[in-house]
Amino acid sequence: MATEERRRERLDRGIKVRTEGIYAISTWQEMAYLLVPRLVLILGILMLPLVIPSLYWQRVISIVCIYALLSLGFDFLAHFVGLVSLGGAFFIGVGGYLAAILSTSLGLPPALTIPIATLVGGAICTFLLLPCLPLRGIYFAIVTLMYPLVLAKIIEALDILGGTDGIAGVASFQSRWVEQYFIIVMVIISLFGLRRLVNEDVGLVFRGVKDNDQAVRASGISITLYKSIAVYIASALGCLGGAYLVHLYMWAGISLFALDFSILPIAATVIGGGGTLVGPLVGSFILVPISELLRAFGTLRIVFYALILMAFIVFGSEGIMVYAQRKYHQFERWVKV
Amino acid sequence: MNSGPILEVKNVSKAFGGVQALTNVSFEVYEGEIFGIIGPNGSGKTTLINCITGFVKMDAGKVFFRGKDITGRAPHKIADLGVTRTFQVMRPYYSLPAYKNLIVPLFSPRARRTGGWRGGGRLGDRDTVGIDILEEIGFERDSFVPYKLASTLPTGYLKRLELARCLALRPEIIICDEVFSGLSMAEVASIVPLIERLQMDGITLVMIEHRLRELFRVANRVMVLNFGEKLTEGAPAEVMEDERVREAYLGTEEV
Ligand SMILES: Nc1ncnc2c1ncn2[C@@H]1O[C@H](COP(=O)(O)OP(=O)(O)O)[C@@H](O)[C@H]1O
Ligand SMILES: [Mg+2]
Repeated sequence: MATEERRRERLDRGIKVRTEGIYAISTWQEMAYLLVPRLVLILGILMLPLVIPSLYWQRVISIVCIYALLSLGFDFLAHFVGLVSLGGAFFIGVGGYLAAILSTSLGLPPALTIPIATLVGGAICTFLLLPCLPLRGIYFAIVTLMYPLVLAKIIEALDILGGTDGIAGVASFQSRWVEQYFIIVMVIISLFGLRRLVNEDVGLVFRGVKDNDQAVRASGISITLYKSIAVYIASALGCLGGAYLVHLYMWAGISLFALDFSILPIAATVIGGGGTLVGPLVGSFILVPISELLRAFGTLRIVFYALILMAFIVFGSEGIMVYAQRKYHQFERWVKV
Repeated sequence: MNSGPILEVKNVSKAFGGVQALTNVSFEVYEGEIFGIIGPNGSGKTTLINCITGFVKMDAGKVFFRGKDITGRAPHKIADLGVTRTFQVMRPYYSLPAYKNLIVPLFSPRARRTGGWRGGGRLGDRDTVGIDILEEIGFERDSFVPYKLASTLPTGYLKRLELARCLALRPEIIICDEVFSGLSMAEVASIVPLIERLQMDGITLVMIEHRLRELFRVANRVMVLNFGEKLTEGAPAEVMEDERVREAYLGTEEV
């Protein structure tokens, strides 16, 4: 009769790979360890429109991707630069109206309006937010929330840019597959691009601006410059989403300034796990479809976001991806003694 | 070469609400020297550094660096000229390993322009340069210390990290706010040779201290502040003898 003694061994694979540098990644297990989660994510998102044949749900995936861009921007600004931005609606609105104007009055195709609206829209949003950059925490959040409200009211009151009717006749994409895959690819590029950025040396400067701005200034680096760069990145992501949205609906209107665009990214980030960048993406893929299912309840959906947020905050959850990444890195196994 | 002072402070005054932190303070620092500023707690030493380096707006007065007026410039622009400072309350990036703390200064425009301390600042080798700088400033290279999280480092190393951040910028001047305070005698004794080496490397040092004995060993000239006013200035030995200084300061302090 053999009594078998076992003990639990905990390995932190992540730390091993991270600290031993790139040269440590030599065996195929270690390569797989790093590559598999990325491949699952990329292939999963790319396959989604193929496994969901319903036109309605394919459209929902496009909307998810727009929210994913906003949530990525939110997470980047909040957790890597220390700016809490509620500017989602502002970015969507500026990018959306810009693309709609370029499309209807200059007759430009989406292949031009979207890049222009992204780059120029990002610059416009950053310029308008420049005076608020010294503001911290809640004050920056409040101002970014006011802009879309003000812009919507101006368009409504002055009856410019189509007033309450909006701008109709925006060009559509040349095919349904271009429409679907363009935004999916943009989300993947943005996610991996941002992750690369925050892990480069410049990422440490951004984090320094968040945690220790006096030391950054004493190092001869302008914090205003780096905050503007960060705000530009986040607003360009939002403007990209907005420009895509008006081509998707072939219409731009003041609903582009809807509160959902500002609020849902926070909920998605809290649920998915802030500071991971991939978390907000996962959060958007969970929240937006649920929100679509609740469409019948109209604006009551805000109550739903609020309840989910409250639940996650009250129960002190760290967010799905923070948990998942920790569990993945600290993998446990039983070993015989 | 310009033979005037490298740093000239003229009639600087600063009040916080009703508190007059500095009144008409003037002094000059010459290239290559170690200039000490002493004074009891609350005499305005930190405020003086903050005014010179742009972290606090002064009410009146001027600051010149190599004859150029730098009054009221933004802190990062002053640091960009090579006028660097340490913080009395240390400000490391606590969540990063010690050597990663130097990535930010090595990433600055000045470090990239000048190559940083002993030719750092280039993309890719900032980690190595960071460790080189830490070694210069007394982190044992082959130990784990440079790789430890800043949050786990003892005060002595954090003070060195403050100096290392200045060095990463290839500074002309380092203004040190109480690098000796909070350190044991042995730790101070190990930092003093470092300070002397920096001086031999041609860096001008302004050292603000609360503890006199250690400062008087390294300083070429010292200035005494009391209640925000300059009492006197001179060689350490002269200042020690000054009646007013003894009254205002030394009487209350073991020297
Ligand atoms: N930010 C501030 N706000 C208000 N009062 C300040 C501020 N900084 C310094 N003081 C006051 O200015 C005086 C000088 O302080 P400080 O420069 O820190 O002195 P020291 O560094 O010589 O100990 C003190 O009375 C202090 O209370
Ligand atoms: Mg002080």
